[in-house]
Amino acid sequence: MANVLHIVVCAGIVPDPLQTLEPVTGPAGPGLKNEMVLPAVLDPWAASALYEAAALAAKNPGSKLWLVSLGPKAKLQQVMMTVAQKIAFELVPIDGPIGGFPDAHSTAAVLAETIAALPGLDKAKLLLFGGWESATRGAGVTLQLVGERLGIIDQFQGVDQIDLRDDGSFEVLERVEGGKHQVSVCAGTPAVLGWATGNLAEPRNNPQTGMANMRTIMPALQKAKPTTLAPNGLRYVSVALPKQQRTTRVVKDLTPDEIAAELVEWIGAE
Amino acid sequence: MGTVALSETKTMLTLPGDAVRQIQWRFADRFDLQMLVQSARGVARGTVARLVAAGERNTHEWTPAKSEMLEAFDRAGLTAVFMEPEEGGFITGPKNLALALAAFELAWVDGGAATASLAGFLALSPIHERGTQEQITHYKTLAAPPQPGEDRKPWRGAFVLTEPIPYVGVDTGMLNGKMRVAEWKDGEEPWLQVDKRGRFITNIAFANFVTAAVNSDDPRIKGSCFVILEETDEGIFDHGTPTKKLVHQLSSTGDPIFNLKVPASRIVGGYTVKDGVIVPNFNHGEVIEAVFRRTRVPVGVMTAAKLLSAVEPVIRYQRERFRGAEGTKPGTVRYEQGIQQREDALHRLVDVWAAGEAATSLGFAAARLFDTLDPLEKQKSAILKDRGIQGGRAEMKALKESEQRAIELLSNPDAPRRAELEADPLVDFVLKDAEANVICPATKLWNTGHGANMMREAVSLMGGYGITEDCPGFLANKWMDAQLEATYEGPEAVQRRQLTVTMTSEVFLAQFRAWTIAMRRIASDRPGTGACTLASAMQLWLWTLNYLQKATDPGGNKLYHGQRQGVTFALADALCWLLASRCQILDVLELEARGADDPVAAEGLAGTVQFLSDLCHTQAAQAAGEVSRICGELVFGYNQHPAWADEAHKGCFLASELEEYEETMPGITAFAVDVLAADGAHPPKAGPCAGCAGASEFLRLQNKLTTCLSGSRLAKDRAAETVSKVMIPEALDYPA
Repeated sequence: MANVLHIVVCAGIVPDPLQTLEPVTGPAGPGLKNEMVLPAVLDPWAASALYEAAALAAKNPGSKLWLVSLGPKAKLQQVMMTVAQKIAFELVPIDGPIGGFPDAHSTAAVLAETIAALPGLDKAKLLLFGGWESATRGAGVTLQLVGERLGIIDQFQGVDQIDLRDDGSFEVLERVEGGKHQVSVCAGTPAVLGWATGNLAEPRNNPQTGMANMRTIMPALQKAKPTTLAPNGLRYVSVALPKQQRTTRVVKDLTPDEIAAELVEWIGAE
Repeated sequence: MGTVALSETKTMLTLPGDAVRQIQWRFADRFDLQMLVQSARGVARGTVARLVAAGERNTHEWTPAKSEMLEAFDRAGLTAVFMEPEEGGFITGPKNLALALAAFELAWVDGGAATASLAGFLALSPIHERGTQEQITHYKTLAAPPQPGEDRKPWRGAFVLTEPIPYVGVDTGMLNGKMRVAEWKDGEEPWLQVDKRGRFITNIAFANFVTAAVNSDDPRIKGSCFVILEETDEGIFDHGTPTKKLVHQLSSTGDPIFNLKVPASRIVGGYTVKDGVIVPNFNHGEVIEAVFRRTRVPVGVMTAAKLLSAVEPVIRYQRERFRGAEGTKPGTVRYEQGIQQREDALHRLVDVWAAGEAATSLGFAAARLFDTLDPLEKQKSAILKDRGIQGGRAEMKALKESEQRAIELLSNPDAPRRAELEADPLVDFVLKDAEANVICPATKLWNTGHGANMMREAVSLMGGYGITEDCPGFLANKWMDAQLEATYEGPEAVQRRQLTVTMTSEVFLAQFRAWTIAMRRIASDRPGTGACTLASAMQLWLWTLNYLQKATDPGGNKLYHGQRQGVTFALADALCWLLASRCQILDVLELEARGADDPVAAEGLAGTVQFLSDLCHTQAAQAAGEVSRICGELVFGYNQHPAWADEAHKGCFLASELEEYEETMPGITAFAVDVLAADGAHPPKAGPCAGCAGASEFLRLQNKLTTCLSGSRLAKDRAAETVSKVMIPEALDYPA
């Protein structure tokens, strides 16, 4: 028996990972050099959450799917030209600042307030999805904070799978150490699920889906109200990119067994 | 803090992104096209790039892997671009810009992939342009990708015109396909026997149907037509052997053979029976004209895309050239800038980039023009039909008056009837039609021809690496591919021939004059764009055209004549440079005017506009140089050079005369070039210097043009500096 779900996916936009990312200090604090003009993508882990949400909604007729995203609406619009072709959803844009440095509490407050005000949203049926943290940046706590503000106490992080049961309960697989999953059963919605990669491939583009989505996305973007995020006294002492590590050795004539043994030893050391 | 502080700058920050391009190429308000771009880009930099990197270009045969590319086109909606929403598509209205954008994205990675995509549309184009409504609906629906829940394979088509086998004495104007009446029972539809051999036919390996041009070989059928052949028709539908192309291996090309029996309802556009004779409603020439007029534009855009695609890999190569070398330590100029320390490397890349910008601007301007022209053309036909006028010649005759009204509108901006003329759809049609008749062949000719030359330059900028399979961006492939793009859908001579006719149309020339004036106005506000240089070059070209149309050679033969391609083709080439440069300038002005409205484009807008303006100036100077060279050669090249032995030497000074003159006009000796000694000895040169009788105005204009080049090299220096500083991604977004 299908359950009617109200799935809200929180997903930010980030610079395309192939771009040159160079931390700089601007008038508003730390940021990435030229971030506004760098091509952006939907945060990869949050994108996994979106695709899982779409699959779940499709399996449960009558369900609704919202994508709540905070960022400059012009950048959101550019990203939607790709994302909107993949699955059907209703975009709820929040015209806010770009970057990975705003305070997570302020961000969560805006997101929670927006979600709570979604017309037609039944919080009893709510599954709040997002990336368990940003795949490229972020405090790793925003989604949890949104859940807390919405009063949702069942939270799962590093999720790779959800199996909904007929009675409305669901089984969740969360990543734990050692490449294993922790299996939990939740009695039912509402719940927060911070996704890892999930199991689904990225849906292919379908311009007709995109055209249908755009009928609501473009007006929503036009109506998106500018939002500022309170700094809450947040101050960054230092910002740096992770150092690139390359310890290449050129070794010839190793057997596959020797290579495997070395890899196992290296993984063990990590 | 571990970061550096940002400083205020007017240098372009990054390579121009989507927000900038959407404004320049005028689809910022078209989200359907923006989505198409993203879809096409995904296929190009995903499926297509992987095929190229995996060596799929190394075979002439159509392989299962290559077929996957077609399926990727289907899934991404590229196959449906040509269709209306009710036929399975998603774009409403004219689709010329859409097709050009898809071709641009695919050709960014591989020209063959773009060709494979376009060839399907080419097969449908005769049906789309001239087919009956029943034919349009039937074949476009079959060719549309399956909708969700549908289980069928889309039909693929090929366009089979005629490519006579070389060296067998066949005129390229002849059709090698024949049709006869196979069966015609009283009161029933006739059946035709079609016999056709195609050569170099794109998409043929997997075609389920073809649209083939055939001539009548039967007195019961009049003239020629296009006919639709299906692979399940009775008879032979042989896909033929693959052509051993050295380029575009991701598109299928072969030499098919057809001998099929088909109903006469397959004649594209239908037919009527008059006095027992089948008369096709459209002959094959009418169909081709309608088809090629539009489909040639995306081909030009393809080569333009390659030039722009070369910029990022070349910059990365130049900057990283010496990294890893012993003695080249991080932080040193050699490490950080690599080859970009050298002005030559930067200047040459600026030339490639500028040519790419101009070619792209020209191509997309042409595509947009056809989007505007398509509905106008229908409106024109409807108006004339209401007046009882139908058919090519009758329409041309009827539009003569509209042409005069259009010229009046352009020549006299203060005309009392201005509002009336502007509101006249027929005037609007003849204006746009005249422009399209020039800009389409110009795009095909200049983008592919000059584009191929500049791709060679791009390859050279990668050193030996450029000519290897490992070269990022597949630049060597793109260079060779460009040569095919210059050839198919009408080789360069065909485009030049068309231009020599259309560029002398009164309506076009009236527009050209108006454009020249507009360029001067632009130059007044935006002197850094090279608009003034361009306006001077346009003036020189126009003067030369007028001169050549009246001038004769020493033998009394007209210079501007259809058979005198040494004159007409050269002048057509010169015009293309001007048109491309003009479109490039207009696109930058558009960005400057509208960029601030888009928060993404607005970021660093001043720097982007400055850089793109500098590219305009650089390109305008190149165009001016080409025009000056070509026009100078044409104006003076057909004059006989004076010889010492002929009458002309009588105009020379004698040494003794000069001595006398020197007494009354001191210094005159210094100005006298051709001086004969008493014994008749003369300076060691071909003859007395030629005069400029009748061409002094040309020299004035050319002299002015030369001085108009002022500042162009400063612009190039600025552009070069930006190229050395602009931020590029860490890696190319498709595999090599």
